[in-house]
Amino acid sequence: MADMLKRTSPPVASRPWLAPLPAATRYSLRGGAEARAAVAAAFGVEPPTQACRAASRGARSALWLGPDEHLLIAPESDGATLATALPAALAGVPHSLVDVSHRQVAFEVRGPHAEWLLAHGCPLDLDVAAFPVGMCTRTVFVKAEVLLWRTADDRFRIETWRSFTDYVITLLAETALELPA
Amino acid sequence: MTEFRTERGGRVDRSRVLRFTFDGRAYTGFAGDTLASALLANGVQLLGRSFKYHRPRGLLAAGSEEPNALVTVIRDAARRTPNVRATTVELYDGLVAESQNRWPSLSFDLGAINNLLSPVLPAGFYNKTFMWPRSAWFALYEPRIRAAAGLGVAPTLPDPDRYAQRYAHCEVLVVGAGPAGLAAATAAAATGARVILCDEQAELGGALLAEPDTEIDGRPAGDWLAATVAALRANPRVTLLARTTAFGYFPHNNVGLVERLTDHLESPPAALPRERLWQVRAREVVLATGAIERPLPFPGNDRPGVMLAGAARTYLHRFGVRVGRRAVVVAGCDAAFQAAVELSRAGVAIAVIADVRAPGQVAGPGEQAARAAGLAVETNATVLGTRGRLRVSQVLLGRVGPDGAVTPGASHACDVVLMSGGYTPSVHLHSQSRGKLAYDDALGAFVPAAPAERTRSAGMARGVAGLAAGLDDGAAAGAAAAGAHAATHRHSSRGLDGGLAGRPGAPPQPAALVPPAKAFVDFQNDVTTRDLALARREGFESIEHIKRYTTTGMATDQGKTSGLNALAIVASESERRVPEVGLTTFRMPFTPVTFGSLAGVARGDAFDPVRRTPSHAWAAARGAVFEDVGLWKRARYFPVNGEDMHAAVNRECLAVRRGVGMFDASTLGKIEVVGKDAATFLNRLYINNWSNLGVQRSRYGILLRDDGFVYDDGVIARLAEDRFHVTTTTGGAARVFAMMEDFLQTEWTDLSVWITSTTEQWAVVAVQGPRARDVLARLVTDVDLSAAALPHMAVARGRIAGVPMLLFRVSFSGELGFEVNVPADYGAEVWAAIHEAGREFGITPYGTEAMHVLRAEKGYIIVGQDTDGTMTPDDAAVAWAIGKQKPDFVGKRSLERPTMKHPQRKQLVGLETLDPRIVLEEGAQIVATRDQRPPMKMIGHVTSSYHSAVLGRSIALGVVAGGRARSGETLYVPMPGGDIPVKVVSPVFYDREGARLNG
Repeated sequence: MADMLKRTSPPVASRPWLAPLPAATRYSLRGGAEARAAVAAAFGVEPPTQACRAASRGARSALWLGPDEHLLIAPESDGATLATALPAALAGVPHSLVDVSHRQVAFEVRGPHAEWLLAHGCPLDLDVAAFPVGMCTRTVFVKAEVLLWRTADDRFRIETWRSFTDYVITLLAETALELPA
Repeated sequence: MTEFRTERGGRVDRSRVLRFTFDGRAYTGFAGDTLASALLANGVQLLGRSFKYHRPRGLLAAGSEEPNALVTVIRDAARRTPNVRATTVELYDGLVAESQNRWPSLSFDLGAINNLLSPVLPAGFYNKTFMWPRSAWFALYEPRIRAAAGLGVAPTLPDPDRYAQRYAHCEVLVVGAGPAGLAAATAAAATGARVILCDEQAELGGALLAEPDTEIDGRPAGDWLAATVAALRANPRVTLLARTTAFGYFPHNNVGLVERLTDHLESPPAALPRERLWQVRAREVVLATGAIERPLPFPGNDRPGVMLAGAARTYLHRFGVRVGRRAVVVAGCDAAFQAAVELSRAGVAIAVIADVRAPGQVAGPGEQAARAAGLAVETNATVLGTRGRLRVSQVLLGRVGPDGAVTPGASHACDVVLMSGGYTPSVHLHSQSRGKLAYDDALGAFVPAAPAERTRSAGMARGVAGLAAGLDDGAAAGAAAAGAHAATHRHSSRGLDGGLAGRPGAPPQPAALVPPAKAFVDFQNDVTTRDLALARREGFESIEHIKRYTTTGMATDQGKTSGLNALAIVASESERRVPEVGLTTFRMPFTPVTFGSLAGVARGDAFDPVRRTPSHAWAAARGAVFEDVGLWKRARYFPVNGEDMHAAVNRECLAVRRGVGMFDASTLGKIEVVGKDAATFLNRLYINNWSNLGVQRSRYGILLRDDGFVYDDGVIARLAEDRFHVTTTTGGAARVFAMMEDFLQTEWTDLSVWITSTTEQWAVVAVQGPRARDVLARLVTDVDLSAAALPHMAVARGRIAGVPMLLFRVSFSGELGFEVNVPADYGAEVWAAIHEAGREFGITPYGTEAMHVLRAEKGYIIVGQDTDGTMTPDDAAVAWAIGKQKPDFVGKRSLERPTMKHPQRKQLVGLETLDPRIVLEEGAQIVATRDQRPPMKMIGHVTSSYHSAVLGRSIALGVVAGGRARSGETLYVPMPGGDIPVKVVSPVFYDREGARLNG
């Protein structure tokens, strides 16, 4: 059985305000400045030190989730490379690197009503002045934890743990019933 | 067109006639009417029966403070909304409303016998009379009193409407869109701040909606209002919310609003939720909530037709409705004169204006205006009573002499009585925010004092009367809230010049002159001046006690019209000043809030997240029966050919014991512990020793709390020197993770170690049974599955069906077992691949029920089922796991306490019924001797109990005081059918040597 099975994550149907995002390679990186420096070289993106900010280069991104915690996101096809390159770069440096590629499902809430939709479950101030493009944070959507990352004025990337995806999308869809068809 | 509707004027749309029914009778009204104004326009004054005495009641007010006119609005069988105020129900075509608390009809109500009995139904009557026997209160008295004294009936069908909830943030939240609120919002918006302006009414404008003759800055108030609202609406930084009540002021300027979206619509679109709950977080709040007019507590003041003078103005100017033909006006403040003049001008005859203000109270320009209009004014007057059965027909006035003595005066025929005792600022939200209140003697009411939050009140809400002054006050408050300097513009106005001050309390009513009529203070709870006086005479001092004894202010209107009058009457009875009597607490909600809006989307399947594993669809397609475990759906059993649970579980268990079974263990919590101090960290947390665990080996771990009691358990594997894969129970995943993080951040900051949740990174398939290796051998590559290479509790990395795999040689069944961990997106296909590969070995999917039986046959505990938060490792028979050489671990010191080592602690044992067919009830108590009478001496209870197919008999686990020393003894489980004898045995029922495990 040499053939790799296909990845199947909880389905995200495309709608005017919702777009599924492709499967990704994800690592949870814990550690200090030394670990960040090591990752910067191997990953090609310097993990930000400003709170709740994401940095990207090409299709790779590093998201600040805590003073010693970053989420690294890369295309699925980079998985094999990173599985070798990251541990090699971090050898000897105090850190924790854990593959969480399959833990999460990503989708995008977008369009002129994106902020309005998300305000129906997220208690944060989502005005672009308070939550600018490039800001990311763990927060809640009603009763589910989500990662929220504003990628454009009218676009938010959301990542949920896979078993919460259905809940978050169901509630967003209920709210979206009010939107003009 | 009825005689009560004016020919023109008002904000109703006379081109849109709406039909509606009240108590089955058909009427018409206009778009823009409320149910109350439309009924008044049809000459209907009788709208309800009172709560306790079933007295006929009409409209008192025109706004949300209305205490009497509670009705039920009916759309269909499921949409019956009881207890809504007719004054806040917007008319739509086809509206159906019914009155409440009457039988058989509103005009002939048998419950009104309570009114005849009222001399024996004084304050505290229920408390005094129905006290004994105590048990009868709940069983007999309370339900009957509730049925007789009532509100509307709740619908019995599920609510078909949807309710939304949202969060919102702004720099300035303005509550109330009257002149002060509009000015505040305009001033705040001018700074560029984000502003939310909400108002409970259908239209923004507040008092201006009923001021056709008033001018602001030289133009008609209506034009000013339209222009101001249009400017705010055009500002994208401003959110205008009509039909939205600010009902609660929560800490840190979190204000709860309810927006009503569809109640006013004839055919609500399915796309719209009925209501939306807003949780607004505001940097600053401006409360421009206005004031509520006070009734005057005179005898017979509750007859239909007796209403507030300001309400009559509102009905006239806003709705184009004359409230009657001939009015007696009872003036306790100057504004009542203005109402009289305007109603007179509109064609309502004014029989007399009785000025009930005490001598010395400053008279305003109202009296001169009334005299100039040719209206009769009687000063130094009081009201001694009213007459009329279902509607007022006559008022009996009295005269107050210079010495205070009252002599009877003239009677005046009328069909409406307009009263005004002055205006009470709406300080509810300010008080809810824990702001202080101060008594304003000139106004005769409490006004906001020092705030506790970043909030300020403006306009009449803080006693600033008069239109221009209110506009300026609002503008200043709005600018200050937005952090700007107050505008220099000063508003000018003509009309609406105040005269709102009064004296709370009752006008003179000497008992000798007053017939046995009641002067109502709290209309909704039927509390009279006499009830308050009685409470005082019976020794109640504190207003908090008087409130609870008389129930004044405790109805659904929370005393909006009655609170201050009650205080003033208590003050006068006890010869104190009003502020000395104190105030009862203002509580949320300001007006009633539906359960639906508070529940929001959290109902039905969306009440909580429903978590499903990658194999869920496969299991569901095969008819698996699921059970809830925490938020997870787990397959409980997989019935085939119509099996019941018993048959399915027996089959599934035997398949694992004799062949091979597969089980979805994905829901187990998983935490990756990484760092050079990972082993040290686990040593400090878990009772076991982790230092001597080799790489690629695993061990069963037990976690205690500080108190020494078992908190969680699970297999922990060492993947590398500095990397552990910890599993937890399904329900314990989140709390174990939180406990670890807590210790890392607060106690053990010296450790170089981090934790990451990987619960959902991995899908886990347990393959268990003598043929488990044969199945996996078909799919697994890169791993030697032989017992020598991969012994019990060994761990290996490899591939299965081509995808990366973390393989545990573990068993929760007592058979040869493996747990296949694959990245979760491969879970569904790997599950299917294993099932396919196992087909020739008869692989059997099994659920949680069979898993429970299999582990019980082996005496493996389930934390939370066989433990209950009060069991030590020794109690649970897992003390062997304690790392004896370790200096410390969480809970170790607690285990040293003598009581934790007491030989009579409840210990886990096996239980075998003497009759092997009997399966004990889980939770059943255990006693030492048979035929005990209650209270029995209970020495333990059954924690797990099943039929074991492989043993052909029932088995059970239980905890028994000193249980291990009782091995072989017979104990008893008392049940309704008699005592069931059980023998105490080892908790390991099957394969005691554990040979199968190592196969």
